[in-house]
Amino acid sequence: MMSLKSTKAFILIVIGLLLLGFPLVASQYVSYLMLTFFAYAIMVLGLNLLFGYTGLLSFGHAFFMAVGAYTAAFLTGKFSILCMEVIIVIAVIISSALAALIGLVCVRYIKIYFAMLTLAFGMLFYSFLLKFYYLTGGDEGMRVLQPHLLGFNLSEIPKMQFLTGNYYFYCFFIFVLLVFVMWKIVSSPFGLCLKAIRDNPEKAEYLGINVKRYRWYAFIISGAYAAIGGVLLGSAIGHVDPGLTYWTHSGTLVFMTLLGGFGNFFGPLIGGAVYIFLQDKVMSLTTYWRFIFGAILAFLVIVAPGGIAGVISSLVKKEKSIE
Amino acid sequence: MAILSASDLRKYYREFCALDGVSFQINEGEFVSIIGPNGAGKTTLINVLTGLLTPNTGKVFYKDKEITGIGPEKLSKMGVARSFQLVNIFPNFTVLEFLMVSVVSRLGKGTNFYSSLLRDQKVTREALEVARLFGLDEKKEVLAKNLPQGDKKMLDVASAFALHPEVILLDEPTSGVSTSDKNKIMETLVSASKEIGIKSIIQVEHDMDIVFSFSDRIIALHQGKILSDSTPAEIEKNEEVVCTVVGQKECFKIFRTLMDRER
Repeated sequence: MMSLKSTKAFILIVIGLLLLGFPLVASQYVSYLMLTFFAYAIMVLGLNLLFGYTGLLSFGHAFFMAVGAYTAAFLTGKFSILCMEVIIVIAVIISSALAALIGLVCVRYIKIYFAMLTLAFGMLFYSFLLKFYYLTGGDEGMRVLQPHLLGFNLSEIPKMQFLTGNYYFYCFFIFVLLVFVMWKIVSSPFGLCLKAIRDNPEKAEYLGINVKRYRWYAFIISGAYAAIGGVLLGSAIGHVDPGLTYWTHSGTLVFMTLLGGFGNFFGPLIGGAVYIFLQDKVMSLTTYWRFIFGAILAFLVIVAPGGIAGVISSLVKKEKSIE
Repeated sequence: MAILSASDLRKYYREFCALDGVSFQINEGEFVSIIGPNGAGKTTLINVLTGLLTPNTGKVFYKDKEITGIGPEKLSKMGVARSFQLVNIFPNFTVLEFLMVSVVSRLGKGTNFYSSLLRDQKVTREALEVARLFGLDEKKEVLAKNLPQGDKKMLDVASAFALHPEVILLDEPTSGVSTSDKNKIMETLVSASKEIGIKSIIQVEHDMDIVFSFSDRIIALHQGKILSDSTPAEIEKNEEVVCTVVGQKECFKIFRTLMDRER
């Protein structure tokens, strides 16, 4: 009998290998969906550091995603910087700087006020993208040119093959790396302090934790994560538009997190995967897919507030207690 | 030597005067109790002393530094900690994790983003040490919200002790605990403070048995003013003060206790 820890590690390795081998067996279309999963997964990982671990619900997280995506569009389109690693680094720098500025204001507030403030900043950026069309292309958006990966120019490979081949593996490794880094962050002393702030900020303050500063750090990290997700998504779609930062898109990220369960590290990742594939399925069946998703959301909040991960972990606990 | 002192503290809630010119000093090595009827301003005083509230006038000093309205976070780093009247915990933390927060904070490791907490043996060891002092070591894996009421209270206090402060302010450490457990809790507190090296303890307390048996000095508050500031022996002689401050019922209890003792 394996210990729980090694069982978990085993499951993770199997899932990792399945994801790695995915494009070899699945159709190009499904692999492409998986690609968007990697991008969204990175964003919700960042979102959950704020929401699940620090207790701050951001309704403007898509802002940072759009910052990442537009950075990719600007650098590839206007500055001819095609090296993906450079794009990612610049996106992280820009988004961290913006998160640091916006965070200075936002982390002074909590709950609905924090949610509304972040939403407001997202919508400000939306208006900016829409109105400064000579810079941003307005509602038509901008193209994101195919990036060079690890210094290799792969433009000779057909686009779909590039995306579901080289680019897929590239995104997979970034995804794994960022999951690992986030895991380290939440298991660090810093992660413990964030959870303390979530549970009881007043008490945390009395134990010598600078609550606002720690929230600010978390805000910056989550902003950087969203921007990396945005870069990967923008390059995968090949096009960015202001809709990326519209508040409903932030809502989608929150939905994914709730669907998977914000109380669990892997919950939002599960939520992201289920959302993307479910949306694809439901959209092909009916144009009223939003109706179905609304019903799912209502069901979740009422019946399973812990999300899919919450249901799984309670089932595992039941199993254990029966044994 | 004075370790904590207050001069002419006044605090108003609109027209209501919660503290009306309170001055005192706490010396190193003292156990001081603050007593008074409900609404006398005891908790306001603790909140002002710990910098959570800024007084309208007056100053608070810790050693030589002014700490008026400095805020709990900075104050805890300087060496002043507190516990709360109502249980104030992280409900979803295990006992061990809870105490680790204090230790991490004290060791300045809170901004350590990348090292593993579980592998940090120093943090674990020190957290366990405090758990042992408070008899919580066997419950280290229990979630704080699942602890019995008395243990929750102890955990709240223990987390303040884990900061290794020089001065600790305890807001009714035995409230909500059965009378039989009160003495045990106080003995635990005193012995833990010796082990940790806490220099002075200030407590707000209603239970006069405890106040009289543990305090070096008693400060009696009434309507925001200090009515008396003296040793238990001196207060015992002053029937009038005691009766005003603690009310008739308690007063009766105290004198009964005193008479029992004399017998």
